[in-house]
Amino acid sequence: MEERFDAIIVGGGLAGLGAAYTLASEGLEVLLLERGDYAGAKNVTGGRIYLNPVRDMYPDLWKKAPLERFIAHEEVAIMAKERSLTLRYSGEELRTEPYQSYSILRAKFDRWFAKQVERKGAMIVTKSKVDDLIFENGKVAGVKAGEDELYADVVIACDGVLSLLAEKAGLRKPGNPKDYAVGVKEVIELEAAVIEERFGLSEGEGVARLFMGEVTKGMFGGGFLYTNKDSISLGLVVSIKELMENKDRIELPVMFEEFKNRPEIAPLIKGGQTAEYSAHVIPEGGYKALTKLYGDGILVAGDAAGFSMNIGVTVRGMEYALASGYYAAKAVIKAKEKGDFSAKTLAVYEEMLKNSFVMQDFINFKEAPHVLENPRFFTYYPELVTSIMRDLYAVPAGPKERLYPTVKKYLGFKQLWAMAGDMRKVMKI
Amino acid sequence: MSEPLNLKAKLGLNVFKEDKERHINIKPGMEKDPRLKRAVLVCPAGLYSLNDKGEVEFTIDGCLECGTCRIACGVEVLDWKYPHGGAGVQFRFG
Ligand SMILES: Cc1cc2nc3c(=O)[nH]c(=O)nc-3n(C[C@H](O)[C@H](O)[C@H](O)COP(=O)(O)OP(=O)(O)OC[C@H]3O[C@@H](n4cnc5c(N)ncnc54)[C@H](O)[C@@H]3O)c2cc1C
Ligand code: SF4
Repeated sequence: MEERFDAIIVGGGLAGLGAAYTLASEGLEVLLLERGDYAGAKNVTGGRIYLNPVRDMYPDLWKKAPLERFIAHEEVAIMAKERSLTLRYSGEELRTEPYQSYSILRAKFDRWFAKQVERKGAMIVTKSKVDDLIFENGKVAGVKAGEDELYADVVIACDGVLSLLAEKAGLRKPGNPKDYAVGVKEVIELEAAVIEERFGLSEGEGVARLFMGEVTKGMFGGGFLYTNKDSISLGLVVSIKELMENKDRIELPVMFEEFKNRPEIAPLIKGGQTAEYSAHVIPEGGYKALTKLYGDGILVAGDAAGFSMNIGVTVRGMEYALASGYYAAKAVIKAKEKGDFSAKTLAVYEEMLKNSFVMQDFINFKEAPHVLENPRFFTYYPELVTSIMRDLYAVPAGPKERLYPTVKKYLGFKQLWAMAGDMRKVMKI
Repeated sequence: MSEPLNLKAKLGLNVFKEDKERHINIKPGMEKDPRLKRAVLVCPAGLYSLNDKGEVEFTIDGCLECGTCRIACGVEVLDWKYPHGGAGVQFRFG
């Protein structure tokens, strides 16, 4: 089989589907290849998606999108070994439409999104893995998938965090452990009414709870819990470098079980049935770890380019995937107008990203990965804060100590000095 | 607590479709490379383990295709590919 398209997109995640949707909307002939049984079959997220940054790029999409619950309550739990402190923020703006963010299950969402993409006229072939690129005169001219050779003016690599295609195109090298985290997650089924009662939610509302501290045994990362319609997504994200070098040789599946068994978590998932166990690498190297974004006849978008950010307790990648897919498509449309798909013309992709929230976020949070690696944030501070809480709440048999000395005993000159040092670094974020 | 699950049972909840061949292999001659030991700690499916001789053993069944072992051990040690189209894990929730 030999066929020719305006654009071939590799990968049916949010970046690929977003690019295909945008190109097909403009009438271009698009082929999207996805190795899974269906779009979403290989895709893992936390997850919560923020719509504001991408709402206008896909104006017709959101009304009917199969999202789970809008996030009306933001929680963070600071976890020490034997105690924890949980904060819950609820605000009128979070309960007001258009809602800022939703919980999401990707197998469901991506599969639906793929249908909308097909409706726009793009061709999607699933169960099809791209094995290699085809080069002509040093320029990417198509892809090889099994026996098939498929040709196009441009290939958009949206093949996710490892992007073996961008590697083959010489746009990136195999990843360095310090720039990546691994995320594991269980989807635990519970009835909607139980979820709402357990988490204090009105109908349709959802909560996002992030856990920092002891849950990752002092390693860079954190835990998350998102309520879906009738399930809970519970997971952990940990730096690969710190995990593979951890002196206590804690294995990730064990760390996750311990997290699930914490007294703060166990009652939340009680009676629930685990329906799926998933895992995925997450890029978290930030700006400095972004790959080259384009070459002759090729563009890279989404996780494939490194567009995912882990600023401590929250991972954001879905909006960047949707937005970079959108801008990649816009760049292809410009290149088609010019009839030139060389790197020189496709460079407009990077320009567009620089003028958008995508690159601006990555530049603004350039220092975040580095600052947040400080293990004090994951062990020392959670112990400190929760120890102060313990003493404040304790009522001993004898007289209770005054409040000020209780707090002050934890915050001597030495501690405050060290904190000021950490603070100076945090202020770079 | 939800049912206490061991890892095998937990992986058994997922939908897997068999592949014609193993998509991840230890490169010949690299079986004793110290970098392989990292995979024991990082693999979320627990597919790498240390045997009595201190060598790393690896099975592919239950692979979540997460990519963590490729990043941790590196491509000098592992020959790492995705399964064929339509094979491997098929997430129903994601
Ligand atoms: C545990 C976890 C929690 C996260 N939490 C959040 C969160 O709460 N919020 C958030 O915004 N982000 C979160 N992220 C990040 C977010 O999930 C990713 O940034 C996002 O999914 C990236 O989308 P993508 O389209 O670039 O890549 P992917 O969704 O990975 O899609 C890549 C696609 O390419 C396909 N593919 C790969 N190679 C080939 C090939 N050779 N041939 C054919 N097809 C191929 C794959 O099958 C896949 O469908 C989280 C990630 C993880 C793992
Ligand atoms: S890809 Fe992930 S699940 Fe599969 S062997 Fe490697 S680390 Fe384990």
